[in-house]
Amino acid sequence: KKVSVEVLDHLEHLALVDFRDSEGVQRLQKAIQFADQLHEVNTDGVEPMDSVLEDRWCLYLREDDVTEGNCTKDLLENAREKVEEYFVAPPG
Amino acid sequence: AALKDRLCSQVSAALKEGRVTPTELCQRCLALIKSTKFLNAYITVAEETALKQAEESEERYKRGQPLGILDGIPVAVKDNFNTAGIETTCASNMLKGYISPYNATVVQKLLDQGAVLLGKTNLDEFAMGSGSTDGVFGPVRNPWSYSNQYKDKSVPKSHSEDEESNWVITGGSSGGSAAAVSSFTCFAALGSDTGGSTRNPAAHCGVVGLKPTYGLISRHGLIPLVNSMDVPGILTRCVDDAAVLLGSLAGHDPKDSTTVQDDFRPFEVPDLTDVSKLSIGIPKEYHAPGLSSEILALWSKAADLFKNAGAKVVEVSLPHTQYSIVCYHVLCTAEVASNMARFDGLEYGHRSDEKESTESMYAATRREGFNEVVRGRILSGNYFLLKENYEKYFVKAQKVRRLIANDFVKVFRSGVDILLTPTTLSDAAPYTEFIQEDNRTRSAQDDVLTQAANMAGLPAINVPTALSERGLPVGLQFIGRSFQEKQLLTVAKWFEKQVQFPMIQLEEVKRHDNGVFQHQKSAFFS
Repeated sequence: KKVSVEVLDHLEHLALVDFRDSEGVQRLQKAIQFADQLHEVNTDGVEPMDSVLEDRWCLYLREDDVTEGNCTKDLLENAREKVEEYFVAPPG
Repeated sequence: AALKDRLCSQVSAALKEGRVTPTELCQRCLALIKSTKFLNAYITVAEETALKQAEESEERYKRGQPLGILDGIPVAVKDNFNTAGIETTCASNMLKGYISPYNATVVQKLLDQGAVLLGKTNLDEFAMGSGSTDGVFGPVRNPWSYSNQYKDKSVPKSHSEDEESNWVITGGSSGGSAAAVSSFTCFAALGSDTGGSTRNPAAHCGVVGLKPTYGLISRHGLIPLVNSMDVPGILTRCVDDAAVLLGSLAGHDPKDSTTVQDDFRPFEVPDLTDVSKLSIGIPKEYHAPGLSSEILALWSKAADLFKNAGAKVVEVSLPHTQYSIVCYHVLCTAEVASNMARFDGLEYGHRSDEKESTESMYAATRREGFNEVVRGRILSGNYFLLKENYEKYFVKAQKVRRLIANDFVKVFRSGVDILLTPTTLSDAAPYTEFIQEDNRTRSAQDDVLTQAANMAGLPAINVPTALSERGLPVGLQFIGRSFQEKQLLTVAKWFEKQVQFPMIQLEEVKRHDNGVFQHQKSAFFS
């Protein structure tokens, strides 16, 4: 079962990384093959596990209070291209 | 409170008694870093800020007001933790030149207690790997490659070929941190552990590597790999020191909602004398394919050690162990695909010169910034997350994860206190041999014994046990129950005392040594 060209195109678009060389495609094939071993396991009636802390702790929500901010300068510091307080991206 | 009040000897006491000053200590470590540069353990050495921190510490000692045990103690941090004002690269072109605007919570905690941050240590790019060989700053060399113990056992092919081609890897991905602690350039280091990245290099470098329970130590500021499995790791030269670090780092962090809210009480590791009430489990599936006969024998010897001392030693089964690596492969790549999406060149990090469109800029930036390993995982992850694959792979892996976690629950419920397993399949491989296989293959092989603990979120520790036939360190792993670090470290410390792992004999260190660098004993306790 090989990965189709449509799927490869779609993946490249989603992931935004190149892998068009045959090595990259081969590696993906191997990764899928490796993952297919999962299907040997019987998981009937088993719930998927999101977090090991599911029993101890549900992800909580904090109060909607502003506790930090006003760090525009810090945030812009590491951007290569900016204009005033905007990050600049190429058009389109 | 008890820890802070306690009088400690070795380095901490030496500082308190003025036998050595924080600046002297810092300078000696910096000098040793320079003379062990060939190890490539450090990416960034923060000389100026470290000396400044040491001076401030000195002032506090002069006033008789040290902040605690860690005041003035030189430490190193893996380069995937954010450190304000200091470059954080994750050993990737994507973040070369990135100066963090903030400190990771664990870094802040260390600094708040007066620790002296010497620098950032080398790793596999974005912590993906098991050799610390795949970062853009080159591979880390295992200090034991230069030890008398290794040199005595190795047969050089020719005099000139000797050290240059024979050196062995540190393991990974926290290899730089392990090498730094192992070569005495710092007293403790932070690593990270997602599939074994702290315990694996700890085993190969002959140091203690602790993976705490998931949710105990804050991940805020640790550049994430797999949010549901990542933990900050602790690397030290003895179990007592690991407990000190744990005490200063553990606890709820409002900035990391995956940290538990329970109070954490720092502890000193008790000296266990009677192991008769202990039940040690030996999971038979950890007799994995490829496990060296040497390590198998050591593992068996360790089990006997406990048995002869009166502990109950039982064989147990963790039936889904063999699927842990496959499960990890899917969950890890899926979370990586998501986590790496933030690197697009706009807000920080590398940005391509490509200007045709936003998308083409993103694609070029990511092609230029990430190495093959990272790109490979992003692709695989995206594949498993496609609508048509989501149930079949991602959700399926989440179900298998529950089975793996349940295996441990069942075993611990049956009365077993601690599990004893090997940490690695063999001692450290020579670099030339290690790179014969690609990163994914290596990771799949090397993570087999460490990965399941991350899957289940359990605490685990590598304790250096003995030297191999080649004169290299071999460690054994203890896995404990969730949030039972005290019990885990108690058993580990007892074992450490029994095996008396030898000190590394390094010529470079002997030249700098003046007694302050003793380490079989704790840096903090006598």
